[in-house]
Amino acid sequence: MKVFDTNVQLIKYNILKEVIKKAYADDLVNAYSEIPKIISPGPKAEYRCCIYKERAISQERVRMAMGGNKDNPNVVEVIDIACDECPTGGMFVTPACRGCIQHNCMSVCPRGAISIVDKKCTIDSSKCVECGKCTQACPYGAIIAQHRPCVQSCKVKAISMNEEKQAVIDNNKCIACGACVYKCPFGAIVDKSFVLDVIDILKNSENNTKYKTYAIIAPAIVSQCRYGRVSQVVTAIMKLGFHQVVEAALGADITLYREAGEFKEKGIMTTSCCPSFVAFVEKNFPELTKYISSSDSPMIETARLIKHSDPTAKIVFIGPCSSKKMEFRLPKTHGLIDCVMSFEELQAFVDAKDIDTTLCEDTILDNASFYGRIFAKSGGITRGITDVAKDMNVENLSPVAMNGIDECRANLTKLKFNKSTDNFFEGMACDGGCLNGALCLNHGPRNLQDVDKYGLEAKEKTIENSVKLYKLNS
Amino acid sequence: MIVKVCVGSSCHLKGSYDVIEKMKEILKKYDVEDLIDLQASFCLGFCAQGVTVKADDFDKATVDKIGDNQLLLHNVNKDNIEDTFATKIYPLLNI
Repeated sequence: MKVFDTNVQLIKYNILKEVIKKAYADDLVNAYSEIPKIISPGPKAEYRCCIYKERAISQERVRMAMGGNKDNPNVVEVIDIACDECPTGGMFVTPACRGCIQHNCMSVCPRGAISIVDKKCTIDSSKCVECGKCTQACPYGAIIAQHRPCVQSCKVKAISMNEEKQAVIDNNKCIACGACVYKCPFGAIVDKSFVLDVIDILKNSENNTKYKTYAIIAPAIVSQCRYGRVSQVVTAIMKLGFHQVVEAALGADITLYREAGEFKEKGIMTTSCCPSFVAFVEKNFPELTKYISSSDSPMIETARLIKHSDPTAKIVFIGPCSSKKMEFRLPKTHGLIDCVMSFEELQAFVDAKDIDTTLCEDTILDNASFYGRIFAKSGGITRGITDVAKDMNVENLSPVAMNGIDECRANLTKLKFNKSTDNFFEGMACDGGCLNGALCLNHGPRNLQDVDKYGLEAKEKTIENSVKLYKLNS
Repeated sequence: MIVKVCVGSSCHLKGSYDVIEKMKEILKKYDVEDLIDLQASFCLGFCAQGVTVKADDFDKATVDKIGDNQLLLHNVNKDNIEDTFATKIYPLLNI
């Protein structure tokens, strides 16, 4: 069964798997020299100009799998030698232009940038605004837009080109959403992996005798690892050496409860659970930061519950998200999370340890409510807060689900200029929500169905009992 | 004394929250709210015998009396928790 969407993910996975194997064989010193040869055995190169470049790029991937550049605070980095310097020419007329009589391209162009020279379409780049209308109007599909996939994927315009035409990330603008990581067709932009830190946490626990290790798992897991059941994935995670697996959705219930209470006081509020969204507001709408909820994210709330019942616990969050790798190191999270691992890394970890998930017995995972579980989708918090507000007698709530950064920008601009009729703003950086997070194994509409179904399977239909747990432990 | 009720997935499905609610009532009824700190704990490791309740943080007299620093109770539910409390936990308070 196909596990990943793309070949780039598969290469990253293979590298991670080899690094993890080396870590357990106490042979990391040979990682840089040996792993590239395992990935590209040669003698011929598969993707690049020669086997030497392919292996050099693999070495860089090994470096990213082992934590990346420690001096760069960003969790997303460009592997410069892997950047294939995609053309940036804008609109380009291919030889498929037949020099027709109709000239649809000319008539749709809003800027008069297209003329016919020697019977062929010609675009004046000084007039062209790259709207793309001509690409759709040409009956031969002869006009193409040459945009860099990374630049297009980045909704905050953090990616530009250096003199070598290689992609460069502006850390001051980047919100670590990871869209470019998933979209770069050459796998030249990569999230740093902290999987070696996870291995250290597990090893040093000496089979959970020195301290206990907990994995907090994001609800988006349900649409991943489709080859098995979630209850089997839980067993596989425990076989890695974790003492226990807890649903992040339990913290989501508590976040929801706290947000409803906070909204009552504030009147206008945005959510705070998506770290990329929070970074987006801070960097692009500093005047609106006062509206960001001070409630902690579900990851942090879950960790707080665990640390309350087990103060020496070490906690690893497993999710679909690159920005959680950034969030767990922020001072506001009080060091409650010890490390973050992606679904991609989890897959590599389980396979590196030769655990066959499909053969694992079932371990029940049920801590959270329906609402906590549907937090993973765009509109999930809106749905939850509406019902919770009703129960808590919070009035005048008008929520809006902002799906992806473009919608966030549009709605926050309205808020900034007092043109918004809404007062509760759910912000998620990834289109569709966490269930389509950048570091998910697979993406697509089916993920939404899976999350909805998973929500309905929860024992708790309301957040009532999760809130009681929160009150008991605070 | 600390009394921890397991709220791991397995015990949760078997009714941890009902046990916790009942325990709150019982602590009030026996007037021992100041003596017992009621907590929730993630998986105490006895998934097949849930709901599990663990009592620990005893004073020295209790430890000497029972020869252990903790007491584990299994198969607890909202119907038997009061009996269990009265016969197993309350005597450990030495009052």
